[in-house]
Amino acid sequence: MNAVYALLAVAALICAGILAGASTATGALLGIAVPYAACAILLGGICARIWRWAATPVPFRIPTTCGQQKSLSWIKAATFDNPSTGAGAAMRVALEVLLFRSLFRNTRSKIVEGKASFGESKYLWLGALGFHWSLLLILLRHVRLLVEPVPAFVLVLQRVDGFFQVGHPVVYASDVILLAALSYLLLRRMREPLVRYISLFTDYFALFLLLGIAVSGVLMRHAARVDVAAVKQFALGLATFHPVISQALSPVFMVHLLLVSTLAAYFPFSKLMHMGGVFLSPTRNLANNNRGERHVNPWNYPVKTHTYQEWEEEFREKIITAGLPLEVEDVRKTTAD
Amino acid sequence: MSEKLLQIEEKSPQGDWRDTRPELRKGVICYSALPKNLNYLGLPNPREWQPFDADWKLPPNWKQIILDGMKERLDKYRSFRLFMDICVRCGACADKCHFYIGSGDPKNMPVLRAELIRSIYRRYFTLTGRIFGALAGGRELTEDVIKEWFYYFYQCTECRRCSVYCPYGIDTAEITMIGRELLNLIGCNINWVLEPAANCFRTGNHLGIQPHGFKDSLDFAAEELQEITGVPIEVPINRKGAEILFIMPSADYFGTPHYYTLLGYLMIFKEIGLDYTVSAFASEGGNFGLFSSHELMKRLNAKVYDEAKRLGVKWIIGGECGHMWRVLHQYMDTMNGPADFLEVPVSPITGTRFDHAKSTKMLHIAEFTADLLHHGKLKLDPSRNDNWKVTYHDSCNPARAMGLLEEPRYIIRKSCNHFYEMPENTIREQTFCCGSGSGLGTDENLEMRMRGGFPRANAVKYVKEKHGVNVLACMCAIDKATLPPLLEYWVPGVEVAGIHELLGNALVMQGETRTTDLRGEPLPAQEVIPTVGDGGAEVAHA
Repeated sequence: MNAVYALLAVAALICAGILAGASTATGALLGIAVPYAACAILLGGICARIWRWAATPVPFRIPTTCGQQKSLSWIKAATFDNPSTGAGAAMRVALEVLLFRSLFRNTRSKIVEGKASFGESKYLWLGALGFHWSLLLILLRHVRLLVEPVPAFVLVLQRVDGFFQVGHPVVYASDVILLAALSYLLLRRMREPLVRYISLFTDYFALFLLLGIAVSGVLMRHAARVDVAAVKQFALGLATFHPVISQALSPVFMVHLLLVSTLAAYFPFSKLMHMGGVFLSPTRNLANNNRGERHVNPWNYPVKTHTYQEWEEEFREKIITAGLPLEVEDVRKTTAD
Repeated sequence: MSEKLLQIEEKSPQGDWRDTRPELRKGVICYSALPKNLNYLGLPNPREWQPFDADWKLPPNWKQIILDGMKERLDKYRSFRLFMDICVRCGACADKCHFYIGSGDPKNMPVLRAELIRSIYRRYFTLTGRIFGALAGGRELTEDVIKEWFYYFYQCTECRRCSVYCPYGIDTAEITMIGRELLNLIGCNINWVLEPAANCFRTGNHLGIQPHGFKDSLDFAAEELQEITGVPIEVPINRKGAEILFIMPSADYFGTPHYYTLLGYLMIFKEIGLDYTVSAFASEGGNFGLFSSHELMKRLNAKVYDEAKRLGVKWIIGGECGHMWRVLHQYMDTMNGPADFLEVPVSPITGTRFDHAKSTKMLHIAEFTADLLHHGKLKLDPSRNDNWKVTYHDSCNPARAMGLLEEPRYIIRKSCNHFYEMPENTIREQTFCCGSGSGLGTDENLEMRMRGGFPRANAVKYVKEKHGVNVLACMCAIDKATLPPLLEYWVPGVEVAGIHELLGNALVMQGETRTTDLRGEPLPAQEVIPTVGDGGAEVAHA
């Protein structure tokens, strides 16, 4: 049901986009007010969330170690999976962010006739990596709509992305990978019993929203073609804070814009914040040098302990019987002396 | 336990997990903590109750206590706040938990264990959750939720295996620790954690052994060693001015097969002439506070540095234990340091300076011994372990909260001729828990322990069938207590031994007269060439 509700929510947004795009008044609202508001929420929200995390102390140094520690000089340590320095930890986070190191370890447990096996399983890693990298590439390609003249790196990216020269206009590899990866992630969420069981409305909502954005984007390039010059003029207007709404903007574009704005506004309140959070995870971004360098807990406070003196007092007779040395000599003996 | 083996199977869960309730039945839960233990430790809401009772006698304002407790911890632990916020429910952790694999209960998937508390976080602490409620993944905090928390947070051994696979490093151990802290605020705790903790606070060790009992145990071990090796051995206790303080888990001097490991330590210390002492006060390295709250952990851990200071030692060595090393490695220095009254550990035998421990000034015995072996300071005859075909179980905490992977393997390879690794995805950082860690190793909970230990036992079974492995070496006191019944259940015929037991078996001491290993069994070399006489006849019989 969560999937159905999420699909309905995104469908409602698409309808709103089509309807609003049809009239000039609502078109201006959708084309100007909504993107600005969404951008403000996105930037403000991300900053607020990250500030909240960053301002919360890390009382203990708790890296999850995934390899040999650095201890004896003749034992080879796992430099990145069990970093002993800040630089090593930075590399570990970089590997996590750029290559999804931990997800790469994924295994799948199977029990057949009472025997368990844990084989490698790389599909989730591949799907996730394909999705995130192609999304980044697509975002960077969009820079051509927001800046004039178009920066050289964007032109290079475009050329690389369209390397295979298939179709006219050229089909971008990133578009294909993004759609394939999103479809895989969605199907996996709906069809794998365990993943379906843990999935919330919000999980499907994010996926449908992204799919809606991707499909509307591809449609504008390959099916319901838009006037790119008009789109660029509009986008430049937004980017330079001189927004102009043009009649030439198609309903598909309005839908695309509304879905992107929704995603942007939703982003800071959602699990999508993992983008910022991954950098701050204490099990990944700290060096495992616990015994070498002292970590300070800013809110460390004194606690009630049981001191040696109290212990000796309580067990005095037994300590004497056992012939163990006392810290405070026997009171009776001292008095007798 | 029924005679028939538990059926381990994978099921496809249906419906919404928020609509299901766990069945609190005997065999899969631990009993409540006795009021006397809560009173002794000064913990809230001591009372007579049991988890299978309908009425848990919670304080009237329990809901406020929990929500305030969550608020406080969200502001104190970045880990907690972050792990509440960033999970994308990708499911990579789902089948990584030994309790999930062994029970098939979907709420044992690490992601759902965390969602138990995350759903409350969303409902009461996030904007979307407060507005959209269930649609945003929130739910109301009710007494049923508390019961569910109790069931599942005491069905997690804080082993951190899921954290290895999580793309954001979300650590269920952290969530379970906070979950248990919250439950402790309203007096929902288990006796198997709090009785050892109360004992430890009072006597210095979990088992409640008092000074004379401590001395008797160690004297007994020394006498037995003299019988086995012919070398006179004395164990110094509470001796001021020793160079090194040695701290071990109390099971080492009171449990079997832990005891053989103790014999191994004592042999090495004697052989190299180490200037050391043990302490009847700091007579426990383990720390059941870890399984209750950060505060209790700190209270129990304080005696380590206090005693080192009182005795005036230079540095500290710690014995074979799992969670003990989680506390010593990741918490002690922060909680009870700085240990500026101690010196950077330097091996008096090899001169090696252990810079990686220069702040805590505490070394793991395996690091110390591996260094001795590397410098050829111990004479070993690995054929004395030829009766053992060995595999090695990485204990969760030394593996995933420290990275102590090669040192024990180095010691085993030097001490034994027959060593076989279990399958790759079940060892090192991917090791499977014994299923009884974090204070769950009680017989009340036996069915769940057998289920949770199934993946570990299954991997042992694999090497038993493939290589004829007959001993599982490990480096954790809880392992040594709980793996024997686990293996007896799933893989009969495999024993459990400590690393320093195997090393002790192989150690050739100066002036020794050895005929048996540390378990009193004849040395295998003699089995090959039986000597004439009673000894030989006995060997043939064995």
